[in-house]
Formats: sequence, structure tokens, C-alpha cells
Amino acid sequence: MNRPLRRVAAACLVLFGLLLVNVNWVQVVKAEGYRDDPRNSRVLLRTYERERGAISVVQADGSGRTAIAESSRTDGPLTWLREYPGGPSYAHVTGYYSLVYGRTSLERSEDEVLSGEDDRFFVRRLSDSVTGREPQGGNIITTLDPDAQEVAHEALSGSRGAVVALDPRTGAVLAMVSRPSFDPGRLSSFEPAEIRSYYAQLNEDPTDPLLNRAISKTYPPGSTFKVVTAAAALSSGDVDPDSSIPSPRELDLPQTSARLRNFGGGSCGGETTTLANAMRISCNTAFGALGLELGADALREQAEAFGFGDDTLRAPTRVATSVFPEDPDEPQTATSAIGQFEVRVTPLQMAMVAAGVANGGEVMRPHLVREVQAPDLSRLDQADPEVLTRAVDEDVAADLTSMMELVVDDGSGVRAQIDGVRVAGKTGTAQHAEGRPPHAWFIGFAPADDPQVAVAVVVEDGGSLGSEATGGALSAPVARDVMRAVLRR
Amino acid sequence: MTAPTVAPAAPPRRGTELLLTTFAVLIAVLAYTAVGLAIDGRVPSGTLGYGLGLGALFLLAHLVVRYAAPYADPLLLPSVALLNGLGLVIIRRLDFAAAERAAQLGRAVPAGEAPRQLVWTAVGIAALVAVLLLVRDHTRLQRYTYTAAVTGLVLLLLPALPVLGRTINGARLWIRVGPFTLQPSEVAKLLLILFFAGYLVAKRDVLSLASRRVLGLDLPRARDLGPVLLAWAASLAVLVRGRDLGSSLLFFALFVVMLYVATERTSWLVIGVGLFLGGAWVAYQLFSHVQRRVDIWLDPFEDPDGAGFQLVQSLFGFGTGGLTGTGLGEGRPSTVPFASTDFIMAAIGEELGLVGVMAVLLVFGLIVERGLRTALAVRDSFGKLLAAGLSFSLALQVFVIVGGVTGLIPLTGVTLPWLSYGGSSIVANWALIALLLRISDAARRPVAAPVTPELARAALQSAQTQVVRRPPRPPSDLPAQREDP
Repeated sequence: MNRPLRRVAAACLVLFGLLLVNVNWVQVVKAEGYRDDPRNSRVLLRTYERERGAISVVQADGSGRTAIAESSRTDGPLTWLREYPGGPSYAHVTGYYSLVYGRTSLERSEDEVLSGEDDRFFVRRLSDSVTGREPQGGNIITTLDPDAQEVAHEALSGSRGAVVALDPRTGAVLAMVSRPSFDPGRLSSFEPAEIRSYYAQLNEDPTDPLLNRAISKTYPPGSTFKVVTAAAALSSGDVDPDSSIPSPRELDLPQTSARLRNFGGGSCGGETTTLANAMRISCNTAFGALGLELGADALREQAEAFGFGDDTLRAPTRVATSVFPEDPDEPQTATSAIGQFEVRVTPLQMAMVAAGVANGGEVMRPHLVREVQAPDLSRLDQADPEVLTRAVDEDVAADLTSMMELVVDDGSGVRAQIDGVRVAGKTGTAQHAEGRPPHAWFIGFAPADDPQVAVAVVVEDGGSLGSEATGGALSAPVARDVMRAVLRR
Repeated sequence: MTAPTVAPAAPPRRGTELLLTTFAVLIAVLAYTAVGLAIDGRVPSGTLGYGLGLGALFLLAHLVVRYAAPYADPLLLPSVALLNGLGLVIIRRLDFAAAERAAQLGRAVPAGEAPRQLVWTAVGIAALVAVLLLVRDHTRLQRYTYTAAVTGLVLLLLPALPVLGRTINGARLWIRVGPFTLQPSEVAKLLLILFFAGYLVAKRDVLSLASRRVLGLDLPRARDLGPVLLAWAASLAVLVRGRDLGSSLLFFALFVVMLYVATERTSWLVIGVGLFLGGAWVAYQLFSHVQRRVDIWLDPFEDPDGAGFQLVQSLFGFGTGGLTGTGLGEGRPSTVPFASTDFIMAAIGEELGLVGVMAVLLVFGLIVERGLRTALAVRDSFGKLLAAGLSFSLALQVFVIVGGVTGLIPLTGVTLPWLSYGGSSIVANWALIALLLRISDAARRPVAAPVTPELARAALQSAQTQVVRRPPRPPSDLPAQREDP
């Protein structure tokens, strides 16, 4: 019986050999895939075992930092609970950190730092594992000005819309608000059922509270785009603020029987006017004619010089690309020149237009992270202001600034005035759908002679004023409050 | 695995056994401490108790082996002690996880499985002691061939009875006796191996008679096909009644392999494999649960939260463990369902890594190898068959469950001997190792000192049988030379 016994022994050897080969396959070759598979709950649970870093804002008076997102230790199954002291005011900046729906905004873009997985923490991680020190994530300090952020959030209360404030000199985002907002804490709890029901409620809300309107939604810019058209005109060298330009009651559009009218159907005070005056009273026919004369290509180039068409912008996640229409015919060019037709912009982009003018023609790359800190609060990285584009020459910027000052001093934007501060701005009232109230816009900066803040405000569908809304009535006061908060006036 | 020739009496090496068993207990105690340190940051309170309890049990086993089977293979007891100790540690570790979870959910902390497993281990050692003391000569077991068959079959059928039977997780494999839930198929496995060995030794001459040669195979006569067809039908019946894919496969493969060993006829293997394939095909066609198992095996990730959940979680566990594992107490093995029973290897894979899994597999491999070596060395045919059957059943069971949880073959639920939580399994497998110890004692005992006249007679008989049957070729396992040095 020994011959078959030896064969049985050989068969057993084969069986064990197969098992050994297979466990090597599973635990070596396939191991990484299994370990990092998003369906492997261990991956997610592991991230909750480590203290995630905080996201903070620095008080403008330098009195210290306040956390707008931080982790606190619990006795729960997942050790570290994510909490948002900043609440809805900062929700679109911090984003949420959810068991069920992953993470968004800064929680996503800065995840490697916050979770401690960033390569810059390599040495620290190594020493943590040797010394048994509990690993911890790094911290993020944002560029936000908490006063401006909270004022902006309050000012848009009850409306749908967005505010973006930039430091024109650096591109630092001082305020980024989108309304309506949500409570990120409720999406980041340890109760999946509660998370799901709250998320469903937000998702079904027609006003879309989860959408960050400041960067993810594009709007027709309306008359605020006239700043871009004026920049193109001034840059062409053929026009200066005092040049006389045609301003008919109605502008005949070539190739069609359509006519371009002024807002409210009024006149611009004569058949011709100056560029500065056309800007002050936001004369549609004058800018339509100017657009026709400059042509679509010159307008598009100018728009792109302000950052349109750039898909590299992150604040903190991808910014929707602002566009000037591809190949408009002449009537479309005329309406595009006043920010209608298919011109689409994000509020951030319009803040960049204002900031570019304020900064002597240079547009700085917008950024939200001021400083990256190691868990021991030592500085790892710091924002490095970077020029994104040069939009216009310095003298053109100076001309645009004085024209925009006129708008606020004695034009459509008087409600943006701040006592003792020279404010430059431009209003916009953008038609976007038949029978719907217009979007109310305002872009501007202050002080005009030493710009410290540039701002863009959009209020959707006329906000509380409905069809009577204009940028000057609705959005200019919001911009004023935000600029005042930054300037401490 | 060389065949024993005229061997000088193997040294008993009981000292080696004691040393290795102590080492096995030490490993278990250290592992247990590591679990406590990882989870609570302190040495768990029961360490001393567990260590002493386990040590005392295995010392008792060693002393009984020393007294009742002094020539037994010295590697079997320490290997099993290591597996049993490690199993206790893993089960205790899973108890910690369950307690932690209950505390978080604000529920009552469930009674741990580890203390019960320790009690069952004690019962298992008692079974080992009983077998070693009561069965002084394994050849006497041949008398109980048909008793074993009847008892085994009755045990297999018990769960199907209305009052006694219990269905757990879709399989009707359990019976309830007082406070205990027992899985009689574990004991039935032992009894059926006994029956197969006794029956085949008695009938091997008839079964190895060839009638026709077809395609290079010696085919048996049609009427001699009876037993194998019966075993096949019984296996299918187990499958249909109890939905117990694993046991069904185990019993049939065991029978075919023992038939092959007894008769040395390759044709039986071919017929067996043919019947298996046929049976598997029919089962696949007829039973949705068999189809489901196969579908999950082919693509566990098709429905990772539903049908494929167990296997996917198991694979995630193995993958997360990687080469060296997360360390005891550092992983999340309780993510895998049935982590303390069928999927205990996934827990080992996660916390001890590939290194731990390979070590456990090698220990199993060592036990199987020592068992088969015993089968080669022992002089009587019944002992050979019994040892081969016991060893092969172990190998097969390890292959079926470890292959299943690692995605090598379709998953069928059987326990991993000595490691999985479960009283019936641990007691039956301790009895199994007692039988192997008993046979190896006979195999390694100096020939001059046969224990009983029966043993001597049996050796003589089997020698004659082989000489008569195959005169031209001196069989390598012919013990005649040893009889007459």
C-alpha cells in the first residue's frame, strides 16, 4: 500500500503548495489593491483613527487663530469626530468630511496634509511609528478674513448668490460665501442614517445649498463685463476715457432687424457721450457699438487676459471656467460686449477682473491656503503670491480705476460708497431668462488709491427686490459691507 | 518520506515533545499578551490563568502520551498544541472586538467565545486521554467497523430530525442537546474513516480484482462498483439534506482516496473523479446555492455588499495584512463575518500577515506529513489505511476551507481544525490526533516488543497477504524482513 500512499503524500504536497502560492498571490501581489480598495472599510476607519488637522482662520487684528474645522476625540467606534465651529458661514470653504459622501473643498484638496499622509510628514511618520507617538495630521490656515466672511454670509442671508473678496495685491481670498449654505457638521457625524437623510434633503432642495456658487456656477456677468470691454478699448490705444463715442437711444445691430436698447429703454443723454460717462451710467448702446468696433477677437483676448478660459484655477477645488463665446456674429458680439449672450463667468472670475484693475493691471493667482503647518504647528509651507496674467497696462488700469470711481461717486453704484474711502466699482443687472428677475451684480475695490480689497457680488434672480432689482440697489451695499469689514471702517 | 527498512527502534523522544509543547504554550501566552497590550495597553488580566490552564492541559496530554504511547511521534502533540493555542488567542482577540463594539453601541457585552473554547479544549484533551487509555491497540478498532458505520450514518442524519436538528446560516448541520449545539458531522467524519479503513481492509482483495482492461485502465467488475456508488450517493444525500457542500466533498474524496490506497488501483481514482465531476455538475444544475457559491468564487466583486460580501471582506482582510500583518490586536478582523469559525484564517492573515498564514499552513502540513509517514511506517494494513485516511482528511479539510476563504476554490463552510471556534470540531480533532498518536506509537515501537498478540498477528497477516498477491516484486513496505532480522 505504500506506493499509493506516497502518491497521496505527493497530492497533499500539491494541495498545500497551491494554498501557499495562492496566499502569496492574495497577500503580496493583490495586497495593495485590496488594502486601498475604497470598499474596504478599514481604509476609511483608519483615517478616523488619527487626529485630523484643523482648518483655521486668523483674526484680522492678529489676536490669534480660530478653528473653522477641527477633530475632537470621542469614545465612539471612530475615534476622531470632525466638527465645524465655523458652521454654515464657512461650509463651502471647509467642505465636509463624511463617512458616506467622502470629502469636499479644503477637506478634499488639502486631505494629504490634514490626514498626515503628505510626503512632507514622512520623517515624522517614521518617528511616530518607532516611538509609538500617536500620529496626527497637519493644519491648514486659510487666507480668509473672518470679519469679511461673516459679514458677507450675513449680507446674503435669505438670498441665493455669492460673494468673493480678494486681496488684489496677493490673490489671497479674503471672503468666499455661497448662499444658501448647509451645516457641514451634520454631514460629518458618525450616524450614517442621519447623514443620508440630511444629504438627501440638501440634494433635493431646488436652491442647491451644496453648490459653491462662488466657483462652481457660471452666470451672465451683465454690465460688469463693461469693465472688460472698456479695458479692451483703452488698450487698443484709439480710445481714452474722454473720447467721444456714439450712444444712440437704440443701436441698430447689423445683419438683423434687432436693436440694442438701454436698461429701462432710456437714452444716454445724447447721440454721443464720453467713454467715462458711458461707464458711469452703464450705457448699453455705447458699449455695444464699442464692442462692434473692437470685434469679438479683441474682446475675447482681453477677457482671457483677465483669466477667462483658464482651467488651472483652484480655490480650493477646481473653478468652473469662465468663457467668452467662441465665434459670435456681429449682433452677438455687440450683446457680448455688455455681458449678455453667451458670456459666462464665475463670481471669482469677476472678483479677479476687479482685482486686476486694482493691482495696476496684474491679476494674481487666487489662493485660499495661507500656511501649511506640521502637527507641532511649525510652518511647512506658505502661500507665495504668483502673477497669473497681466490684463492691462498700468495707465489703462489707472484710467479704468478713475472711470469706476465715477460709477460709485455719481453713477449706478452710489450705494457702494464708504465714508472717507475712495471706492471704485461697476454694477450689473444681468437678464438671464425670459420672465425671470435679473441677477444683480457688483464688482469693485477699495481704497481706489491704495487697493486692499477687491470684491464681486452676485445675487440671483433679483433677490428680495425681484424684477425691480438692479446691481446698484441690491449688490452694491453687500460689496460695501464686505469692503468695510476688510478695511475696518 | 522514505520507507522504513530494517529500522533500529526509533528513540521515543518524549523530552523533545515536552520541550516543543512548552514552546507552543509560550507562543500562545506571548501572543495573548500582545493582544492585550495592543488593545488595552496592558497585560490582560487572564494571562496567567490562560497560560497555566493551557499549560496544564497540554502537560496532561504529554504525560498520558508518555505513559500510554511512549513511542508516538513527538511532533504531533506540539504542533496541535500550537494551533489550538493560537486559535484561542485569535478567538479571544475577536471577543475583545465584540466587547468593544457592544460597549460602543451601549449593548450588553456578549459572553466571550474564548472561555468556552478553553473548556472545549479541556474536553478535547479528555477525549485524547480517553482514546489513548482505552484504545491500547488500534487494530482492535477493526472489530467495530460496522458499528462505526452505523453510528456515523446516524450522526450524519441526526440534524435532519425535526426536534433535534438546528439550521444555522442556511445549513442544517447542528443538533441541540441541552444547552449545547453540536455539529455531529465532525464526529461522524472520524467514525466513517474508521469504517472505510475496516471495510476496505476486509474487501481490498475483492475490490482490487480487475476484470477488464480498457484504455490502459484496469476496470473493476460492475458489481464491485457498489460501495463507491453507495458512498457517492450518501455524499449527495448529505449535500441535499444539509446543504453541506464541504462535508459532502470531504467524505467522498476521503472514500475514493482510501479506496485507492487500499487497492492500489488507479482506476478507482479515475472512476471517483468521474463521479465527482458528474455529481458536481448535477449539483450545479439542480441547486441554486451551489451555483451561487461558484458565481461568487468566479467574481466576488460582482456584488461586494451582497452575495460576495463574506469573501470580499475576507480578501480585504488578507490584503490589509500583507506580508507581516497589522500585528495582533491592531487590525480589524471582526469586519469579516464568521471570523472566529470558518473565516479564522482571514483574521490570522490580517493580523499576522502572510508570514503567519504560511506558518500555520506549514504546521498543518507538518501534521499531515507526520501522519502519512506513520501510515507508511506502520506494519498493519488497517493501521496504514486509518492513518492515511485521518491525515488526508486533515489535508483536505485545510485545503477546502483555506482555499475557500482565499478565493482559490468555491467557498464551502468547514471548520479549520483546532483553530476555529466550535466544540464538536475541537473535540473530534483531538480524538483524531489521539488515533494518529496511537498508530504512530505502534509504527515506531521496536518490533521485538509488540503490545498485543493481535498486533503481531495483524502484521504477519498483512505481510503474507502482500507476498501472496504480488510475488514478483518485493513490496517496499514489506515488513517481513523486520519480523525476521
